[in-house]
Amino acid sequence: MLRRSHYIALGLVVLLTLVTLNLPNQTSARLKVGIGSVFLPLFGLAGSSRLAASEAGDTVMSRKELLKELDAFRQENRQLRIQRMQAEEAARENERLRRLLGWQQQAPWKVKLARVVLREPSNWWRTVQIDLGSRDGVQVNQPVLTADGLVGRISSVSLTRSQVLLLGDPGCKVAARVENATHDSGVVGASGPLNSEFVEMGYLTGSANLKPGQLVRTSGNGGIFPPNIPIGTIVDSQSVDYGLATVARVKLAANLNALQEVWVVFP
Amino acid sequence: MSSLHTVFVLAIAFVAVFWESAFSGVRHLLGAQIELLPSLMVYAALCTNLTTVTLLAVLGGLWFDSLSANPLGVSMLPLFLVGLAIHVKRDLMVRNQAFAQAALGAAASLAAPLLTMLLLLTKRQTPLIGWGTLWQLVVMAAGGAVATPICFELFGWLDRTLVHPRAEQSSFRPDREIRRGR
Repeated sequence: MLRRSHYIALGLVVLLTLVTLNLPNQTSARLKVGIGSVFLPLFGLAGSSRLAASEAGDTVMSRKELLKELDAFRQENRQLRIQRMQAEEAARENERLRRLLGWQQQAPWKVKLARVVLREPSNWWRTVQIDLGSRDGVQVNQPVLTADGLVGRISSVSLTRSQVLLLGDPGCKVAARVENATHDSGVVGASGPLNSEFVEMGYLTGSANLKPGQLVRTSGNGGIFPPNIPIGTIVDSQSVDYGLATVARVKLAANLNALQEVWVVFP
Repeated sequence: MSSLHTVFVLAIAFVAVFWESAFSGVRHLLGAQIELLPSLMVYAALCTNLTTVTLLAVLGGLWFDSLSANPLGVSMLPLFLVGLAIHVKRDLMVRNQAFAQAALGAAASLAAPLLTMLLLLTKRQTPLIGWGTLWQLVVMAAGGAVATPICFELFGWLDRTLVHPRAEQSSFRPDREIRRGR
């Protein structure tokens, strides 16, 4: 049987829950940041333990293997230099043609490297936290990507950390375009709770001409994500709503399970 | 029961929440992260007082939500309800049996996320829920079943190591002493 003290404790917790859940968004976000800052000492501890582990790994790596890796990196570096020369030439040509046609110049992206420090502890959201915050100039809704493709967008920012909503989270929807003859466009939305490699692309027309392997990129609509960032490739598609619409499954280009470092895109 | 017990429970809850967020090996292996707060709540509900249960629910819930995309405060009530249910019936439970601890841990690890999801849906949030959620709940329940007896062992060890044992009253009573004289 419940005693008086039980009722008092229950009442207190219910009241506290109602108050915190109904706080204005800004106050709630500030409170969250404040409470989350108590974990700062543990961040340092986890960072230094990771560093110690990687240093321990470095000491056991053989000289032969290191030299082999160095050779591979040198070769890759030479190839990348040539590719950069070609890209610079293409950019110059692009700029010249845009000037001739009177088109608006495209501003190049500015990116900043961030390290993933924490992951979502619950199973029903897809987020990570990175070590860049408002003191580094990060703002809400900035796109986040890796060298492979889009990862998500910034959803909240504190002084030293930011939360990134990953692709596949119900709160991270991206206007996307399929690289095919008809340039079908749709919206990349949530994924299943278990499979973070795949996301669903909806709002495609019933006549969309989708084939497995076609590339999906950001379309630039919506104003958050710049155009032409790779998202993934079409795996399969099916007609829904009596053939009026199509839903496709997209395999993400970036591996969201193994995120260590990401790039935040600055306007 | 000393206040040191409460401090132990809260300190371990703090580290447990950070561990859940910082290390995701279990998630990579099994597709779901294990929640440790329900296991701690089972220990707190069976072996400590109502104040500790309430503090664990409030602080643990707030810490968890601060590192998660959950709305702040949504984890407090489910944790407390689980703790209160066990605390009220604790005299009927065989708390020293590992099997009972594991069964309670599994039930608590199943009930707390379900109640949290219910609260989230009530608040018109759209968490990732599907058939895969069933597997995640199974993993969480199994994780809770393993973690709860470990919690009891850990706190037992901490208790033996750090808390001064209470002096046992001697069965000798001076008023019953038989004085033998000449």
